Amino acid sequence: MNPIYLDNNATTACDPAVVEAMLPFFTEQFGNPSSMHSFGNKVAHALKEARGRVQALLGAEHESEIVFTSCGTESDSTAILSALKAQSGRNQIITTAVEHPAVLTLCDYLEKEGVVVHRLGVDKKGRLDLDEYRSLLSPRTAIVSVMWANNETGTIFPVETMAEMARSVGAMFHTDAVQAVGKIAIDLKSTKIDMLSLSGHKLHAPKGVGVLYLRRNTRFRPLLRGGHQERGRRSGTENSASIVGLGVAAQQALDHMGYENTEVKRLRDRLEAGILPRVPRSFVTGDPANRLPNTANIAFEFVEGEAILMLLNRQGIAASSGSACTSGSLEPSHVMRAMGIPYTAAHGTIRFSLSRYTTEAEIDRVIEAVPPIIAQLRKLSPYWSENGPVEASEQGFAPAYA
Amino acid sequence: MWDYSDKVREHFFNPRNAGPLEGANAIGDVGSIKCGDALRLMLKVDPQDERILDAHFQTFGCGSAIASSSALTEMAKGKTLDEALAISNQDIADYLDGLPAEKMHCSVMGREALQAAVANYRGETWSDDHVEGAMVCKCFAVDAALIEDVVRANNLTTVEQVTNFTKAGGGCSSCHEGVEEILAKVAGERCTAPVPEVKTIEVTPPKAKPVQPRLTNFQRMRRIEEVIESIRPMLQRDHGDIEIVEVDGRNIYVNLKGACQGCMMEQMTLAGIQDQLVEALGEFVQLLPAGLLARAAIPA
Ligand SMILES: Cc1ncc(COP(=O)(O)O)c(C=O)c1O
Repeated sequence: MNPIYLDNNATTACDPAVVEAMLPFFTEQFGNPSSMHSFGNKVAHALKEARGRVQALLGAEHESEIVFTSCGTESDSTAILSALKAQSGRNQIITTAVEHPAVLTLCDYLEKEGVVVHRLGVDKKGRLDLDEYRSLLSPRTAIVSVMWANNETGTIFPVETMAEMARSVGAMFHTDAVQAVGKIAIDLKSTKIDMLSLSGHKLHAPKGVGVLYLRRNTRFRPLLRGGHQERGRRSGTENSASIVGLGVAAQQALDHMGYENTEVKRLRDRLEAGILPRVPRSFVTGDPANRLPNTANIAFEFVEGEAILMLLNRQGIAASSGSACTSGSLEPSHVMRAMGIPYTAAHGTIRFSLSRYTTEAEIDRVIEAVPPIIAQLRKLSPYWSENGPVEASEQGFAPAYA
Repeated sequence: MWDYSDKVREHFFNPRNAGPLEGANAIGDVGSIKCGDALRLMLKVDPQDERILDAHFQTFGCGSAIASSSALTEMAKGKTLDEALAISNQDIADYLDGLPAEKMHCSVMGREALQAAVANYRGETWSDDHVEGAMVCKCFAVDAALIEDVVRANNLTTVEQVTNFTKAGGGCSSCHEGVEEILAKVAGERCTAPVPEVKTIEVTPPKAKPVQPRLTNFQRMRRIEEVIESIRPMLQRDHGDIEIVEVDGRNIYVNLKGACQGCMMEQMTLAGIQDQLVEALGEFVQLLPAGLLARAAIPA
């Protein structure tokens, strides 16, 4: 039985064309792009081509707005720290409660250093309140950092509108678009977004390469100082093989944008329509009407996510969960908690994330596999009896120290 | 994916004694839905000699929670209640050829279920006495609750001391920030000086903000003094005090005295007062300990 990979929001397989394009850069094309000889020259030329391809995928106005980094996390840190350093007198950050830890953990740290951090909450469907956002914007706002799409639920935030609002008070706007790039169309030149982070390994390029988009004329301070690479905005000899790979992946993503938003979306919808009616007490989390085409996050009440994953894994199906146990922490996912999903459901959330390689036969196999797994685990669960949850009653399950 | 032993996997995929038990006369319900674990242990006890004739479980939880429950029922069967009570969480983990450090609480839950079931049989009430904290040091499996207790009991103030007492922090160094946070929290409890709210500054929407006329130097000094004066009574109540030493452009140097000085809250106190000054002056200023003034004066 072939394994089925439905964890593409965690990372993706490298596209074969990406791997092929990269290989020469480990062998004959080993030159340093900064060198003044033909070894370096060819590599420099390849980097320029990759930069142009990323520019096209993002709809950026200038090629020089693309800064290659080592990952999405580095791009996020660079953007936020730069905005604080480059604008004295502005010491506030506005972000959301559902950002990736790459942003949230940094903000927690900065808060301890005296930066004021506002975290916008979300409603039950994971949506932001723009009036609340407006009320927080001020001449003290250094930067607004809001993800384009959420990695757990796929919910899309109105970053274009939010960027305009930030501009109106002179604040910078950054978006962590690590999950959005390659899945939905983006045209940065027609927005007011100042900075954007992307990560190669989420769009079939290798791990360990990312991009910070930096709008021309945005005040900036580098994170890494040293050589003049990336015009001094990100020093360190370029990861040429990976950058070339990312260029090819960007081109491929652009070519497949239509497919992603029709066929991949159709398979995602088929998966949900196949599972939900067959599993009582299950529901889709996030905002189903406004999300990435490849992501389905389903909560299965009264069962625990890691147990589901282990049983799925035994059948060769890979997905991920927002349960506490899968992360080794004591709390379920901060995204589920921010949406007010009850604990009994948050622990049982499973994220299926598809890619353009996902087939209908695979989706059908998952639809067959999931309902019996949930039924099997519910049979073990003290919160469940026969056909439904145990009601809070005399016989009900009410553990000590709950 | 966790690195589970074959035994854990086997007990998870083929749990023993799962499901309700007819005629159970000892039932223990423990766990916490918040943490994602809950267990009902059901025993059938022979009233003659208190021997456990049968044991079943129902568990909401991860792979190791289900495997630990399954192991527990196997271990308990055939034992008397007193013998069963002697089963430790390490025994359960050993029975499964070990559990990852982060998952040891699953075996703790099993032991507690046993205690709760025995109490239920004997007509006693059992209450949980262990507080579980998030795992801080993964190298030596030390959680936040333990570190906090040790810090409090021994008046510890540095990461090195915590490492000496608990081993936490003696491995890969990744938890040093976490340990420092616990130290700061406990130190904050020791120091009772009020912390001016850091985050409650009213943010005025830009259009509503009146254009502030530029202050003269004299007005500016006065305003700085007013803010500091308004804060002093609060600090004095807790045997602390603050005095302005120098105003140098954006930098305002102050002395924190008495109970506030050197306390872990000093930074936070300064940050809170700074925010009030920024608000009152309508410009960005930095509040710094006067100690830095001396240093700044020495040419580099
Ligand atoms: C929304 C989001 N931001 C940032 C990251 C981090 O990217 P990287 O792994 O390249 O540092 C991820 C990846 O998990 C992500 O999903």
